[in-house]
Amino acid sequence: MIQTEIAVLRFGLGARPGDLAAAGDPRGWLAAQIKGPAPLAGNTRLAASDQIFTELLSARDKFREMRREAAAQSSADPHSSTDLTAAAAPAFNPVRDAYLPHYRAQVLARAQSAALTTRPFAERLVHFWTNHFAVSADKAAVFGVAGTLENEAIRPHVGSRFVDLLTAVEQHPAMIGFLDNQYSVGKDSDLARLAVRRAEARPFARQRKDTPDKPRREFGINENLAREILELHTLGVDGGYTQNDVTTFAQIITGWSIGGGKGRLAGGTPGRFYFRDNLHEPGAKTFMGKTYYESGLRQGEAVLADLARQPATAHFIATKLVRHFVADDPPPAAVERVARAFLKGGGDLPTVYAALIEAPEAWDADMRKFKTPEDLVFSTFRALNVSPRQPEEVVRSFDFLGQRQYTPGSPAGWPDTSKSWDGSDALMHRVLWASRVAGRYEQGIDPVELAASCLGAYARPATVTALRRASSSTQALALLLMSPEFQRR
Amino acid sequence: MRSNPMTTTRRRFLLGTGALAASAALPNVLFAHTGGSARLVVVILRGALDGLAAVPPYADPDYLGLHRELAIAAPGVADGALALDNNFGLHPSFAFLHERYAAAELVVFHAVASPYRDRSHFDGQNVLENGLAKPLGSADGWLNRALAALPRGAAGHNNERAVAVSQNVPLILRGDVPVISKSPQATPDVDEELLSRLADLYSKDDWFSARLSEAVQTGKLAVEGIPADPQAMTDPTAAGAQPAMTAAQDAAARPSPPDRVSGVARMAATLMRSEGGPEVAVIEAGGWDTHANQGGARGALAQRLAGLDNALRALKDQLGPLWQQTAVLVVTEFGRTAAMNGTRGTDHGTGGCAFLAGGAVRGGRVIADWPGLARTALLDNRDLRPTLDLRSVFKAVLDEHMRVDAKTLATRIFPDSSGARPLQGLIRA
Repeated sequence: MIQTEIAVLRFGLGARPGDLAAAGDPRGWLAAQIKGPAPLAGNTRLAASDQIFTELLSARDKFREMRREAAAQSSADPHSSTDLTAAAAPAFNPVRDAYLPHYRAQVLARAQSAALTTRPFAERLVHFWTNHFAVSADKAAVFGVAGTLENEAIRPHVGSRFVDLLTAVEQHPAMIGFLDNQYSVGKDSDLARLAVRRAEARPFARQRKDTPDKPRREFGINENLAREILELHTLGVDGGYTQNDVTTFAQIITGWSIGGGKGRLAGGTPGRFYFRDNLHEPGAKTFMGKTYYESGLRQGEAVLADLARQPATAHFIATKLVRHFVADDPPPAAVERVARAFLKGGGDLPTVYAALIEAPEAWDADMRKFKTPEDLVFSTFRALNVSPRQPEEVVRSFDFLGQRQYTPGSPAGWPDTSKSWDGSDALMHRVLWASRVAGRYEQGIDPVELAASCLGAYARPATVTALRRASSSTQALALLLMSPEFQRR
Repeated sequence: MRSNPMTTTRRRFLLGTGALAASAALPNVLFAHTGGSARLVVVILRGALDGLAAVPPYADPDYLGLHRELAIAAPGVADGALALDNNFGLHPSFAFLHERYAAAELVVFHAVASPYRDRSHFDGQNVLENGLAKPLGSADGWLNRALAALPRGAAGHNNERAVAVSQNVPLILRGDVPVISKSPQATPDVDEELLSRLADLYSKDDWFSARLSEAVQTGKLAVEGIPADPQAMTDPTAAGAQPAMTAAQDAAARPSPPDRVSGVARMAATLMRSEGGPEVAVIEAGGWDTHANQGGARGALAQRLAGLDNALRALKDQLGPLWQQTAVLVVTEFGRTAAMNGTRGTDHGTGGCAFLAGGAVRGGRVIADWPGLARTALLDNRDLRPTLDLRSVFKAVLDEHMRVDAKTLATRIFPDSSGARPLQGLIRA
C-alpha cells in the first residue's frame, strides 16, 4: 500500500520503525496532524528571544566598558600602543559569546523534535514556514535568535489562520532585526520633527556641517522589511505592487521595533516587539489603491490583514506548498486547488493543508523530490530511531552537507528545487556523510530489515540485493542511506 | 562627465590614463592570444553591491550629499578613494584591484546594469545569470550556453570545461553541457569499494549515476595547494565532547567570514591549473545587502570588499603564469540607492559597477557614460541610471576572449539582446 509510504515519507519527515504500520489510514493520519500549534517534541527548554536579546545587550555594554577602560589606560600611558584595544577585541566577541550557546541549543532542539515527533507532517509544515519566513543567522544581529522565530511565531500559529501567522512573524524581534526595521523612522514622525524644532529653536547655534565622517543625523525609512513582506511573504514578486507601494508600506510600518534602548529610544520590554509611536510616520496612507485611515500600529496590521487575503498571496503560497510537497514544477491543477481553498477558507491554514492532502498529484507514486540536506539528516535520524544528544553532531552534519541550520543566507530562504542541491560535489559530501553515519550507528542494525521499516514498498529489489551482498554492515547501511529511494521523497 | 569613452587604439587610450608607465613596460607581444588557452572566472556578488561605495564617483557634485557618511572621500585625504582618474576612485579596501589598474589589467565599469529594472534580489540574480531580459523563461544559464559554443579545446581535452566552486551549480552554469562542482572543503578519502558498489546501485538511475561519475572524476583533479579545512578533517557526525569551539561553530559564530571567499578563489585557480582542468570557473560571494550600518571607508562593507580584494589576489597568486591568459569578471545583480536610507545603509537600486581584471584584459581604464547623480538624472528619483547593459560586457568577453562566434552570441546565448552591442577592445589583441 504505497499511499502509506507517501504519507510518511513525502508529507512527513521519514519513517521511524513502526511509523508505516501506524499510518494505515494515510489521509486520516495526515488530517489528524494539521490543527493547532505544533510545539517542539522532546523536553528541551530553550531561552526566549527577549532573554537572549537582553543577554546580548549586557554583554555589549560590558564589552564597551572594557574598551573604554583599555582606551583610558593607553592614553594615560604615553608609551603604550593604542593598538591595545584592537588587539584585545577579537578574543572577546560579545555577539558570539552571548549567542553561540543559544544557537547550538536551538539547532539541537530542532533536530530532536524532527527525530522524535509523532506529528511529522505538522513538523514539516513548521519547517516549510520557517523557510518561507526566512531569517538568516549569518547576520550577526540575529545569530542567536534565528531559531526563536520558528519556536515563538511559527509553531504556535502553524495550524491557525495565515493572517495570525503572518502578523506574529512580522512582529517578531528576529524578523524586525533581520530586515532592519527597528530604526526605520518616518520623516514627519515626532522624533524627526523634534530634531527639526530643536535646530530651529537655536538658529544661531553652530550648525554641524556635513562631512563624510560626521554627517548631520537625518531620519528616514528603511525599505527592507516592507519589500520582503510583499515580495517573499505575501504577494510574490509579480503580485502587482509598485516601488511606490514599497515605500508607502515602509512608512506604514515605521515604529515596528524592538523594546529596550536608551534616551529617546527607550521604552518597551527589552527584546520584545515594541511599537515606537515616536518613530511612526503619522497620517492616512494610500497603499495599492486603498487608503488606510487607521493610526499607529493598527495601520500596518490592517495592511497585513488585507495582504493575507489577496488572491496573489493565495496563489504564491499555494505554489510554494505544491512545489514542496509535489514537484519542483508545481502542477497547475494542484496549485489552483490549494489556492482556491486558501481564499475560500479566508486563509484558514488547516483548510489549505486539507486541500493539499486531497490533491491527487500529491499521491503520485514517483518520488519527484530530491531530499534537501535537512530532509536527509532528519529522515536518517528517524530511520535509525535515534535522537541526537550533542549539538556538534547536528551542527557539523549540516555544515558539511551545505545547509547550515537557520542560515539560508538570504530572506528568500533555501531553494526548494533539486537543481539547487544536486551538484556532484554535494553528492560526494552525502556519500562521505552517509559512510560516517553508518560507521557510527551500524551496531545492532540489520540493514535489510531497516530498508523495510524506513522505505516500505519503496525499497527496490536491487537495493535489497546490494544490502545483502555488502561486505560489511557499515557498508550496507551507507548503501541504504545513499540509495536513490532514500535520497528522494 | 564622461570618463574615458571607448577608444579605438590602444595608444590613444593609454595616453588618457595614469597607467601609462606600468603598461608600457609590458610589451603586447607577450600576451598574444593563443587559441583555446583562454581562462574565464566569473565572480557573482549576491545581494547587490553598492557601486557608489565600491567605485566612488568622487567628482560628482551630488555624491556626498546623497551618499553622506557612506561616501568615500576624494583621493588624497585620509581614508580617501584610491585614484583611478579625475572622476572615479576605488574603495580604499581595493588595494589589489588598484595595483591591477596601475598594471593596466583592470577595467572598471560604472552605471552598468543587467536589463532587469525591478528591485528583487532573486529575480535580479535570475536575469544576471539566465542572460535573458526577464527573470523566468530559461532553466539554463548564459555561461552554460556559451560552453556549448566554445571552440574545441586542446587535443585530448575530454573533461568538463567549467567548474562551479561550490557544492551545487548556480543558474549561470546550469544547462545541457555537463559541468563539475567542487567546494573547497577538503573532503576526506572515500572508500573506493563503497563508490564502486554505489555505481552498481545507481546503474538503473541515470540521474544518480551521472552525478556519481562526475564526482569521482572531479575527485581526481589535483587539489594540492589547498589549505586543509579543519572542519572537514574531523568526523562530520562526531558527537565530540571537546569543550573548545570547533572550527564549524566558530565559523557559525562569525557568520560568513569575508576571507572564506579566498579559499574558494584558491580552489578555482588550483582546479584550472591542473592537467585537463576547467577553463571556466564560477565563484559566488554573499553579504552585500547592506540595508543598515553599511559603513564608509571602514566598517561592514569595507571589510567585505577587503575580503573580495584578498580573494582576487589569492586567485592571481594561485593561477601563477596562467593569470596572463585569464579574464575575471566581477558582477552583482543591481546597484543600491544613491541616497543613504534612514538606517545608515542603502536600499535596492539599479545602476552599479562591475570589474574585468586579468592578464588578458586591456585595462587601466574606467568605462562609464556617467549620467550624474543630480535628482533629475536619477532613475525613479532614487537610483543611478544605467547607461551600459552588462550583456555588452558579457558578449565582448565571450567574443574577444573565449572566441565564441558573434552569431551564436546574438541568437542562442543572449537572445533579445540586439540593443546591447558588444563592447570592443576589452581583451589584449
